[in-house]
Amino acid sequence: MSKMIPVPSNSIIPERDSDKKPILETLHLGIDFGGLTAVDDFTLTVGRTEIAGLIGPNGAGKTTVFNLLTNVYQPTRGTIMLDGVSTAKKTVAQVSRMGIARTFQNIRLFSNMSVIDNVKVGLHNSIDQSLFSAITHCFGYRKSEKKSREEALELLDFFSMADWADFQAGSLPYGAQRRLEIVRALATHPGIILLDEPAAGMNPSETAELMENIRKIRDTFHIAVMLIEHDMNLVMNICEGICVLDHGKIIAKGTPDEIKSNPKVIEAYLGKKKEA
Amino acid sequence: MSRINSKIRNLNKFTLTNIESYSIVIVAYIVISLLNNFGKINNSISGQLVPICAYIVMAISLNLTVGFLGELSLGHAGFMSVGAFAGVITASCLQDVIPSDILRLIVSIISGGIFAGIAGLIIGIPVLRLRGDYLAIVTLAFGEIIKNIINCLYVGIDTSGLHIGMTSIEALGMTNGRIILNGPQGAVGITKLSSFTAGVILIIFALFVVLNFVNSKTGRAVTAIRDNAIAAESVGIGLTRYKLTAFIVSAVLAGMAGVLYAMNFSSIVAKKFDFNTSILILVFVVLGGMGNIVGTIIATTVLYMLPELLREYADYRMLIYAIVLILVMLLTNSEKTKQIKEQIMLKLTRNKKYEEREGGNNV
Amino acid sequence: MTFISNLISGISLGSVYAIIALGYTMVYGIAKMLNFAHGDVIMVGAYISFCASTYLHLPPIVSIVIAMIVCTILGIVIEGLAYRPLRRASSLAVLITAIGVSYFLQNAALLIWGSTPMTFSSVVGFDSIPLFDGGLIVTSESIVTVIACIIIMICLTLFTQKTRIGKGMRAVSEDKDAAELMGINVNVTISITFAIGSALAAIAGVLLCSAYPILTPTTGSMPGIKAFTAAVFGGIGSIPGAMLGGILLGIIEIFSKSYISTELSDAIVFAVLILVLLIKPTGLLGKKMTEKV
Repeated sequence: MSKMIPVPSNSIIPERDSDKKPILETLHLGIDFGGLTAVDDFTLTVGRTEIAGLIGPNGAGKTTVFNLLTNVYQPTRGTIMLDGVSTAKKTVAQVSRMGIARTFQNIRLFSNMSVIDNVKVGLHNSIDQSLFSAITHCFGYRKSEKKSREEALELLDFFSMADWADFQAGSLPYGAQRRLEIVRALATHPGIILLDEPAAGMNPSETAELMENIRKIRDTFHIAVMLIEHDMNLVMNICEGICVLDHGKIIAKGTPDEIKSNPKVIEAYLGKKKEA
Repeated sequence: MSRINSKIRNLNKFTLTNIESYSIVIVAYIVISLLNNFGKINNSISGQLVPICAYIVMAISLNLTVGFLGELSLGHAGFMSVGAFAGVITASCLQDVIPSDILRLIVSIISGGIFAGIAGLIIGIPVLRLRGDYLAIVTLAFGEIIKNIINCLYVGIDTSGLHIGMTSIEALGMTNGRIILNGPQGAVGITKLSSFTAGVILIIFALFVVLNFVNSKTGRAVTAIRDNAIAAESVGIGLTRYKLTAFIVSAVLAGMAGVLYAMNFSSIVAKKFDFNTSILILVFVVLGGMGNIVGTIIATTVLYMLPELLREYADYRMLIYAIVLILVMLLTNSEKTKQIKEQIMLKLTRNKKYEEREGGNNV
Repeated sequence: MTFISNLISGISLGSVYAIIALGYTMVYGIAKMLNFAHGDVIMVGAYISFCASTYLHLPPIVSIVIAMIVCTILGIVIEGLAYRPLRRASSLAVLITAIGVSYFLQNAALLIWGSTPMTFSSVVGFDSIPLFDGGLIVTSESIVTVIACIIIMICLTLFTQKTRIGKGMRAVSEDKDAAELMGINVNVTISITFAIGSALAAIAGVLLCSAYPILTPTTGSMPGIKAFTAAVFGGIGSIPGAMLGGILLGIIEIFSKSYISTELSDAIVFAVLILVLLIKPTGLLGKKMTEKV
């Protein structure tokens, strides 16, 4: 599967993306926290419509990678190219506007706001409304509010959450909160969405539904999905490319089948360190 | 799709809350005006009507910063002060140009708002980078700085124009002009322009601005930042920009309230707008329920009148006020009362599902 | 020579601020609350000491001890009645309660002692020391204040570093819940902190009024706010920070009063605070805060 790519070792791009520019490229990315290297030499390419998995034992630095990709942490070394543009020296908000969206390991919803308002906040940068029309509620206010409400409901309906639109986000059941976070991320019209442990705390039927939803996201919006997950069943089933991280370093990259049989991966998970 | 359309057609419930807020103010205005006309309100209370209006506008404006933006400001009276003195100077300058009192008041209020807004911008840029208690202490510091500077400001007007100095009135070198601002003695010889009607109109204006602001794209961004700044950034909302917008809108309204307040007296000193005034307004906002505009209006009126109503207890009234304040905070916030409240809420929500988006008076 | 004389009075005033700031910073470090009533405890301490020496004709030392005891009890009572029920409430609710307590203390003092300013007689027994043939006069109050400040600083540092209770206090300030799981009684620890802070406030009140002998029910509020500023200046929650912040603030205040402008001195003090916080957002010796994502 790497035969068409000029730098095969970096990439696990599926064949349907191979003639297009990748959505995300990182080169020798690394970060130190006070002398401690949390992530080092992280080089990866994610294709336009790829579902990529980032796995590894606890404390391997997976969430740190997400924080680097979204500029929550400024990398000590290396570069990140999002759709061919470097994200160096950009703020988190600017990087988001460049087309990267994410969810959080510990859910970060606007829990005092309604479900639909959460999605509308996600739509923020695509709503055309000036401060003046916001304060007067005239001059295009109604039009822009109606448009954003329609779009938000459409997105919610896509995840069969439209009925909950006016509920307070914090009052939703756990699984629905995770789904709402995904909807909010999608509302930013990203080119790639990063999901941090989307199946955490879900039961098997919810996980199955989530797997279907992740595929649906890719097939409907034609965007790339990158996810951190401990549920190997989910990862092996839906990810086209998998990257395994241990002690902040990539120890393996490849298709699910390649990863399953990789001795280094088995050692990282079952060998000296016992991790689920 | 039909389900979605029915949802879109649903009347936005915020419009209802808005109508509620406006009607409370208008009904109160009509009732008080009628009572006043029939002489049912004694002088000590009718003299407080304009200050109450000014404090209500202040509380509405501070609610935007504390309730919706979620940042603790301990220097809000500073903006009131900037507005008040800018408004007084404007009104004084325009005394001969605009003969109409109403028009001059409007122009002064706008001018006070603009100057307070500029102060909000200058203060907001550094302040909003800080967090939590550090932000609070810096707003306090700015409030004190504003008070100090205005205390040293001497402004006069004569035929050659406006004179501004910081040493003494003589140093302005005026030949035969009028003194507007006389350092620690404050602004003197103010023509009273404010009226209860003007105050109520300003309240309605403030309500209009804040309620509309909250239910807009910008307002949602501000609330989102309060709820979870990291998540708000992750969906592409620039923190500084929206915090600053809310802060400036809040400052403009505070400045306007300051003009209304100052124009009700013949003289006013900068000391009036000190730390204690900022705290007083904060108390109104917190007791009224943060993010709850109607609650803020009621709390301001009640708490402002409380010392007046306790007048017969003379010496003890402020002590009683303090005790009431502590007891109310204990009753509304302690663990035990919270549990009881939750049980009641649980019973209520069984019938009435998740309708309060603004969360009532939770602090 | 005026420079040195200004410097000495700056350090002396700063030492008072530092002692008050210690109370703020310890309470903030442990209970994570801005105790706005702290300034008024200073005033109560000064009044008690004043009454003990004026009406009961007790020697200065005894009057100070009485003031400390009364303030300690006051601190524990305030904490137990007003702040303890709000341990899990929002910080804003606690802040407003603290403001309520502050109003209460001021108005109670107004009822008890009236609004007429009282002239506080200095507790310091010896005369000022003239140096360089009278070219430089070091007031006895400044000497006592600075020495008291140094002693308090050393004692507090030893207390928090070496004793069991002090270690418990540090543990509670790091993580209340974890400390509780380790068998530390959080309520008692917080009470002790309030007790120490209030006792220090009593000392500060007496020293403040010895140097600036006008005593009214609002005497404590402005020094309270400034000491709070000093605590933030040095990095709130840090004991050496409160010390450094207090002394720097005192020096800045005296210098701007004598070299720039008396009216604008407060503005300058606050402007310096703002500048420091802009460069170091958590104060001079404060710990950097980061939120985990």
